[in-house]
Parts: sequence; structure tokens; C-alpha cells
Amino acid sequence: MELLADRAAAEDVLLFVNAAIASTGQREFHSNGDAQQWSMEFLHEYMLVNYRDLYAATLTLGVNDRNAAAIIMRLLQTGRDASPAQRAVEGRLIAKALTELPTHRVYHLFTALRRARVNNRRTRAIMREWLAARPDPAFEAVKYRSAFLGAVRHAHMKIEDLPGEELDAFLFNWRAAGRFATPLFETWRRAHYDRRAVFDLPYTVAEGFAAGHRITRAAFLEKIAPQLTRNERLRLQRSAARVGALGVVADLADLSRMPLTRLAAYVLALPVDEREQRRLELTDALRAAALRVAGLRAGTWGRVSAVLDDSYSASGSSEKRRRPLVVALAAHFLMRELAAEYRPLWLSGDDDPLMARARGVTALGERLLDGLETRPDLLVVVSDGWDNAPVGMAAEVLRVWEERLDPERKTAVAHLNPVFDAAGLEVRRLSPTTPTVGIRDAEDLPELVEFARFASGRTGIAELRAHIEARVERRLAEETPCTA
Amino acid sequence: MHRLTFDGLQARPGQVWGGIRLVPLVRDEPIVSLRLHPSGFPADDDPFGDYAPHCCYVPHGLTAEWTEDGTAVPALGTALRMPARTMRKSRRPATRLERRTRVHFVPHQTALEAFLPLTFRRPSIAWREWSTRVFRRGLPHSVEPQYSGYDVEGLADALRVFEIHPGQCGVLVYVADALASAVVTPHPDDYRALHPSLIEDGFGELIWRYAHLYDESPDFVPRLDESATDTVADLRAAIAAAQQEWADFHRDVMAAGLLDAEYVFTEDYQMERFMLRRFRPHFVPGSETHVGEAITDDEGRLAYLRTFRLSETQSRRGRLLRTLSDHDWNLEAAAASMGLVPPALVARIDAAGYGGLLRQDVLDHWRSMNLDRSRSRADRR
Repeated sequence: MELLADRAAAEDVLLFVNAAIASTGQREFHSNGDAQQWSMEFLHEYMLVNYRDLYAATLTLGVNDRNAAAIIMRLLQTGRDASPAQRAVEGRLIAKALTELPTHRVYHLFTALRRARVNNRRTRAIMREWLAARPDPAFEAVKYRSAFLGAVRHAHMKIEDLPGEELDAFLFNWRAAGRFATPLFETWRRAHYDRRAVFDLPYTVAEGFAAGHRITRAAFLEKIAPQLTRNERLRLQRSAARVGALGVVADLADLSRMPLTRLAAYVLALPVDEREQRRLELTDALRAAALRVAGLRAGTWGRVSAVLDDSYSASGSSEKRRRPLVVALAAHFLMRELAAEYRPLWLSGDDDPLMARARGVTALGERLLDGLETRPDLLVVVSDGWDNAPVGMAAEVLRVWEERLDPERKTAVAHLNPVFDAAGLEVRRLSPTTPTVGIRDAEDLPELVEFARFASGRTGIAELRAHIEARVERRLAEETPCTA
Repeated sequence: MHRLTFDGLQARPGQVWGGIRLVPLVRDEPIVSLRLHPSGFPADDDPFGDYAPHCCYVPHGLTAEWTEDGTAVPALGTALRMPARTMRKSRRPATRLERRTRVHFVPHQTALEAFLPLTFRRPSIAWREWSTRVFRRGLPHSVEPQYSGYDVEGLADALRVFEIHPGQCGVLVYVADALASAVVTPHPDDYRALHPSLIEDGFGELIWRYAHLYDESPDFVPRLDESATDTVADLRAAIAAAQQEWADFHRDVMAAGLLDAEYVFTEDYQMERFMLRRFRPHFVPGSETHVGEAITDDEGRLAYLRTFRLSETQSRRGRLLRTLSDHDWNLEAAAASMGLVPPALVARIDAAGYGGLLRQDVLDHWRSMNLDRSRSRADRR
């Protein structure tokens, strides 16, 4: 009985970790955004109440940014329920997680805390620490003005504690302050009446001023081009071409430094003709990005087969366009570098990954057998798990394979699922015995495959707890402890 | 020709979403000499742009196009075609009817309104009450209750998440595992183009009701026998056997109501070696009733099929009308063939809403007998 409860606990934790890695609360192919959000809310609440320390520890397990922010929010909201020892660890984990979150997510979180009227001593201290450690508060005060102001007020901060001059006047009394000595503040002040100053501001701030000055979109994009960040430039490529701002378009995205998954998304968003024309360039960029991720691990994985899902459901939704296919493509290039001998098997039978498109059925059963037939060391399946031609064939093939054809388990099978199934409250599994883990970015693939051994349903909570605690130790040892 | 067959079409595993099951049909070899297009009107970027029909609306009307010598039909928009003269005083060349290779279908809803009454056979004898009634009020029950696919709960989602098979040329729509409609097209590209338009199809009341009542259909999960598997080849054979087993099961059990029934076929339009036929059922009690239209080639294989399922009340009404017309509207003979006494038959006719077809004095006569009988039964109690 104890064993059963033990396994159930381990399953609960794994289920939450998988979901928190894969789900972003956005619409998926099979379920809408509301269902996704509702299901995630439920899982967060369930974990918080039942396994509080493990819930906090999941911050170190690579959950995605949205869920990391949600975890922090919940922990800060319910600090009263935690013991002092728990609070100490939580505080350090939160401070560490905040430094890793993208800046805008943190400001969103602070705004949400303010709206939810969470203003306990610990929350204020954590906000103060984070704000005081910002390298360039002047820039953030301009770019995230209202959120910054709100955070400063909410944390009861003395403005003098923040590095940087004139913040006081800029935030609370800019109309009476006259000229600023800080160049960015001065530009921002002038931008209220001077068109030319608009183009020296960060893009998102300038956009608002441009509307006020009635600057046309084409002229605006043309002149703001030098201020664009890399992602903004990438995002604006097509809309700039549409309005005729050739300055943004001509300055083609620098592919060499883009992260692997984002690059895969960029490639799959290109029209087929363009992919064909730039085949060499794109393939090289993808390989280089994969090699950067693989690093020292390149070529160490032995013989690897991969079953990659390019069925119609890999097209994602209007909010997550082609996300499952993007992950599959990035995983393909990464495994190609990791493996000594690599064999990709796309569900559609195509062998040109650059031209991948989401169409056709998910006939996983036969494809799995194709992958297993050569008896590789590792078989990785990247699929949303909606095996439908016929339903459950993959599970049967894996069962018979394990029982009759490979009883010694020489071939390890790992299933990586980029989609959270809101109705089932989990990432869909292929079979009860095959480990399934959620995946958000292909860069995490090596750690996830390693983590997959816990997801096979045969480990207890003790082993899992030991793994997670070791991770927490390692993570917290990396930096100076925080006083909060 | 008395039956429909799915020769040359293979059923593939169905995909279930809620209470809807969609079973794809895959063609061994696509038919290229007859093609269906979702709409025959040229697109905006068409070379003969000024013909663009700006003020017409043909929702979901198909165009069938074929070739005289059995060669492949060019893809829509690539052939050099001259649109035919459709208006008086038009300067375009007149249509040469002897060389016509395209026909337009009327939209599905309209087609149903046209051929559902064919199924219900009205009296062909001209008697005064009937003529007056028809002239004044039209055919009784000429509009059967119909529901568009949007009203069938879950169908829109099921069609959205359905993954089209490579080479798929048709689909069977099951609602709560009752066959709702079947669609077959000659070519996979035609199916791909038509798939979204299935939501605009009409469905009978029965299907609409089932969709509301049953929100779950079971999956058919294959079971492989591990004791007989020793090599990879064995496993492969087992997978193929499971596929075949499903195809046989589907043909013999799930689609049996459509395929085993006998139909009355009418030959409506000849397109070289293809024939457009409409079919209506024999109304055997206790069996499914489907009506629809089909294009078959000279060997009887299906190139196009679209069916509509009648509800039980509709098929009862159809059976009643057919029996009556078989016996020339002789009430005694019809009642005898159905194993009833005439007053009971008249009660049925009355209940089905066809009382107006009978002459008033005849109707009153049988009605009074019914009343007498029910009164005497009450007295006996």
C-alpha cells in the first residue's frame, strides 16, 4: 500500500513537471486556451497544497517561463503556510529564478502581485533585491515605465536605494523637473514634442510616441531600424515588407547567433520556395546552432533513431504556430549532432527535414517498428501522442516489443511531448511503460532524455526527491545566498 | 444495379472526437478522368477576369468535369476554357452542348429538397381533393426537417482536428456510431478541397438528436497477439492483419446498413463512361434508410457518392406512401398487404399527416369505425 502511495506521489510530481514544461496556457491543436489555463491552474493548486517543497523545487527543473512566474506568484501568496526552513529555501529559489526570467516576465509578475494585493514582507524584500540588482535601471524605467513605477511603490522602496541618477524626478515629477542630465530620460522628455527624439528610444516605447506624432508606419520602421533588438527585427520582417519599410527587411536576421528552436521556427515560417533557395544557408545555420547546444556531448550518444511527428496536428494553433513541428525539426538537428549514428524517421516518410510540413495522419505504430528494427541504443519519439491510425497501435507495438523482442531492454525508448493535453490533465503518453516527458525548447532535450528514466512509472518518490534535491543543491550553490 | 459497393476503396482506421467518428476511405488508384471541383467559378486571379460573377452566390455547389477520351482532367484553373454564353445578347460564343464536359451540381441543401420528395411517392391519380390541395398548399411535408452540420454538436471540431490520410478519397461520418452520411470523391485532391465544406451538409433529425444525446464513442483499440510474435516480420504481419481486420469489420458491420440494403437507382445523367444516379431505399422495416446521389463508372465502381440518412419517422412515412402507391391507393389491398385492417391503416395515414389525401367522406367513414371500436372497447372494460 505504501509502495502504491509512493508511486502515486512520484507520478503526481512528474505529471506536474511535464505539464509545466510543455503548457504555456495558449491554444493548442486539440484544446483551446481556456481549457489549457484551467487545467494548469488546477495542477498548480494541487501541487502547492500537497507537495509544497517539491513545488518550489520544480523551479530548477526547467519549467517554462510562464509557469515559473505562476509558481513564484503562488509561493509568495501563501507564505503563511510554509515553515521557516521552507521559506528560506523558497526565498533563495525564487531569487535565483527571477534572475533567469526574461525582464518583461518579472515586471508582469510584479504587476500581478500588486493587483492581487500580495504585499507581505517577503514579497517586498524579494522585489527590492531584484530591483536593486538591475544593471541599468534608467533603461528599464523608460521601457517598462508604469510597471517599474508600480514595483517601486509596491515594494515600499526608497528611490535613493536604486543605482542611477534622477530616477526620482523621472518617475514622480517629470513635468516640473525640466531638463534631465541622463541622456535616455532627456530623449524621452523631448520625444513628447520633438519627432526626431522618438527614434532614439527603445522600439516599444517609440511606437506609442509615433502614434502620437502621427508618423506613418513605413517611415517609423525605416528610422527605428537601428534601435530594434534581434527578436523584434525577426518579428517585424514580414509586416515591414508589407508596408514597404525596406530598411528592416534588407537587414536580414543574423542567423548565426540565433538559438536552435527559434531558428527552427524561423525556418518553418518561410515559404517553401525561399527555403529551397536558401537551403544551404539555413541548413548550415541549423547545424551550427545544434552544434553549439551539443557542445562537448557531440557524438557521444551512440546509435540513435528518432521518430518525428509531422502529422497535421503538428501544425499547432493560431497562437502556437507549428510549435510541435518546430520542436521536432530542432530535435532532429540536435540529435544528429549528439549521435554517433543517427537515423531520422518522419511520420510522413519524407526525408527532407528542411521542407517539413504538417499534414497527414499519425501512424506511430508502424514508424516505431521501423525505428526499433535496427535495434539502436536509444529511440527518441517527438510527438504529441495522438496516435490515430489506428488508436493505440503504438502502445501495442511497444508492449509486444518489450515483452517478446527485446526483453533485456537493450533499446531505451524516450517519448518527448511538446503538447499538454488539457482534457487529460497530462502530456499524452504512448504506452504505460514508456517514459514520457514534456518538452518546450529542443535545447533541453539532453537533460530531458536523462530525466525520462524517472517518467517510466517504476521509480518511487524517494528516488525522485533525491534527484530533485540534488538539483536544488547544485543550483543554489552556484550563487551567493539571498537574504530574503 | 441494386446495391452500392466500395470496390476499390479501403477503409482506414477511424478517428473519434467526442461522439463523432470519421472513417476515411482510401482509393487504390485515383480516378483522373472525372474530377469534382468545389466551385466552377474562376478565382480572382483567373485570366478571363471580366467574367467574374460578382453577384451570384452558389454555396457548396460542386462542378463535375470529365474528359471524353479517359485522359486526366486538368487541374482547376489551368485549362484554357472559354466560359459559355449564359445571357442573351452576350458576345461570348454559345455553349456547344454536344461537347459539354462540365456540369454544375446544385448546392447540397437545394439538392436534398429536390430529391427527398422523389423518395416519398405521391399519388399519381388525379382526383379532385388531391389536386385542389396540391394547387393550394403544395405537396404535403415537402420540407423535411434538416439540420446543417453547424448544428450537429461536435461535428465542426471533429472535422477540424481530423487528419486526412494520404490518398484519401472519401469519408463516412458516424454520429454515436450511427452512419450519418457518406462522401466519396474521385481524386484525393478533390477530397482535400471538399473536406471543410462537409460542415455545410444537411443532416436529418435523427443524427442531430444523437449528437446531442451521446457525447462519447468508443475507440477501437487493436490487440496484437504477443505469443505468436518472435521476429520483427511477425510483428509487421500482425499490424497488417489488425488493419485488415478493421477494414473487414467496418465493411461488414459498421457500414452494413448502407452497403447491404437494396436501392432503386434512377439513371439521371450520362458523362461519357460515368453515370450520375440517384437512389432511394426500399424501406425495409427495421433497417437504415439512406438516400443520395452517386456517380459510377461503367463497371459500377463509385466515383462520387453523397448520402443523407432519413430518420425512422421519415422512413415509416415513405414506407406507407410506397405501399399505397404499389396498390394504386386501394386501401383494402394495401391494408391486407401490410397485415392490417383498413381502419388501422387509415389511422396511420391520418397520423402521418396524409389524411388530406383521402376524400373527406371516405376518411370520415373509416374514422367513425375507429371511434366505434375504441368506444366498444371502453364499454367492455
